[in-house]
Amino acid sequence: MAATSTTAPAPGTLPASRRRWSPRKRARAFRAAQYGLLVLVLAAVAAAVDWENVGTNFFNVEAARAMLPQLPTAFRNTLTYTVAGFAVGLSLGTVLALMRLSAVGLYRWIATVYIEFFRGIPALLVVISFGYAVPIAFGVNIGSVTTKAALALGLVSAAYIAETLRAGIQAVPRGQVEAARSLGMSHGRTLRTVVVPQAFRIVLPPMTNEFILLTKDTSLVFLLGLAVSQYDLTKIGRDALNSAAGGLTPLFLIGACYLLITLPLGQLARYLEKRTGARSRS
Amino acid sequence: MTTPATTTPATTGPVVRIAGLRKAFGEREVLTGIDLDVHAGEVVCVIGPSGSGKSTLLRCVNLLEQPTGGTVEVLGVEVTDPDVDIDRVRTHVGMVFQQFNLFAHRTVLDNCTIAQRQVLKRSRDEAERIARANLARVGLADRADAHPGQLSGGQQQRVAIARALSMDPQLMLFDEPTSALDPELVGDVLAVMRDLADAGMTMIVVTHEMAFARDVGDRVVFMDGGVVVEDGPADQVIGAPREERTQAFLQRVLHPTGA
Ligand SMILES: Nc1ncnc2c1ncn2[C@@H]1O[C@H](COP(=O)(O)OP(=O)(O)OP(=O)(O)O)[C@@H](O)[C@H]1O
Ligand SMILES: [Mg+2]
Repeated sequence: MAATSTTAPAPGTLPASRRRWSPRKRARAFRAAQYGLLVLVLAAVAAAVDWENVGTNFFNVEAARAMLPQLPTAFRNTLTYTVAGFAVGLSLGTVLALMRLSAVGLYRWIATVYIEFFRGIPALLVVISFGYAVPIAFGVNIGSVTTKAALALGLVSAAYIAETLRAGIQAVPRGQVEAARSLGMSHGRTLRTVVVPQAFRIVLPPMTNEFILLTKDTSLVFLLGLAVSQYDLTKIGRDALNSAAGGLTPLFLIGACYLLITLPLGQLARYLEKRTGARSRS
Repeated sequence: MTTPATTTPATTGPVVRIAGLRKAFGEREVLTGIDLDVHAGEVVCVIGPSGSGKSTLLRCVNLLEQPTGGTVEVLGVEVTDPDVDIDRVRTHVGMVFQQFNLFAHRTVLDNCTIAQRQVLKRSRDEAERIARANLARVGLADRADAHPGQLSGGQQQRVAIARALSMDPQLMLFDEPTSALDPELVGDVLAVMRDLADAGMTMIVVTHEMAFARDVGDRVVFMDGGVVVEDGPADQVIGAPREERTQAFLQRVLHPTGA
């Protein structure tokens, strides 16, 4: 001990050159540099933008006012398509999740193929198929646009929902199932009292995200061919884009409407996530 | 005897009768012919090295594992018969796991009442009365409204025992109930089990606690490689084992430093 202390520097007396920038000082300087960069970029963008044109083309009050009468219906239609699609997606997704967990190999195989297929193709293709292919292939013409939209969007979201549900069910510890069975509970009763309630809590945050994704996917329903009263937000936005002056203002307005739906949901998802996290840790 | 007794076993024979029991997982045979009888009021401790099949044996008694050969009779009912109503037999057989396995989304009291109400169809009042009595028995009367996550491991395991006892079982199975506990919490759980044994409960206990096996166990069964190597009075098997493999095992666990 005493022998080494003559060669090594005593604590607190590092070579002067290494002490000029303490780690804390360096972190502060780095943060300041980041702020500086951000200010520069913003200034450059602000200088490059033609503000007058932005005002008339993106935030044109006249154009926005012209759209207002259509907005409430379109807003409601978008919500209707979302909820209906989610209902289909949740029902079918539950069946698919149970099939994925089934002891019957064929069921597992069918569910896997379904899920991989619908996750792998664009939702756009499914919606178009529903508009044109299904009437030809099955000889049925689904009258209601809401039903068509719900089926088309539901088929796609069921694939995602099934995977979310399966993960939730599998996240419930196997030991709790065995404990329930050892108390004499049947398989079905164990599912209902032990597995499903806990899986539901685990699954709530990701399920909210599925709902958000579905909300945005309703922008595809115009491909089914809509009557005026059935227009959704995206459809009236596109039409207004073609007809009126005011440049891109309709799209900005529509975007704000979508955010009105999705932002609170995202907030909800985050809240639920925090709550379930806190619970499982407590 | 074809129907299980609903309150007390009408059988005069053993509570558990295992004959020629075999269990394979795929190709691998984990139990290769086990014979074991457990009589009413008896405490049988099962010891043996890791992987010897102790848990598998225990889980074959209440059919958490499906045996691949031999017969298992519980309370006079042959549970290996494919037509048996196993859920009904299980209500008479309590099980306590290494990992507690409490229902994490329910309170302590709910954990102890769910099965009473759903399976035994007891009223809420009756189920709660019985649950509280059993929670008091394991020293946790004041934690009835807690969630499992708020309890220590030792407390959770005692709740698990109370949960099993609330079904009024005639047989209790313990699979290394103290192996997942911090050393200072082991004593409380073992004390509860000792009281249970003193009260005359029939118990099969898989354990690594040799002192407990010797003091509380009436019989000790030593397993190795999927067979019962030695089976006899607790004092004899642990104090003066006859089989070489038992001696070697006890040497290792009782004197791990080689003293
Ligand atoms: N579900 C299963 N699938 C495949 N193999 C299994 C399964 N359960 C147990 N085994 C194997 O069976 C053998 C006996 O396992 P078991 O859990 O009964 O041993 P144990 O005596 O309880 O050991 P431990 O003291 O480690 O708990 C082990 O080799 C184990 O890997
Ligand atoms: Mg084990």
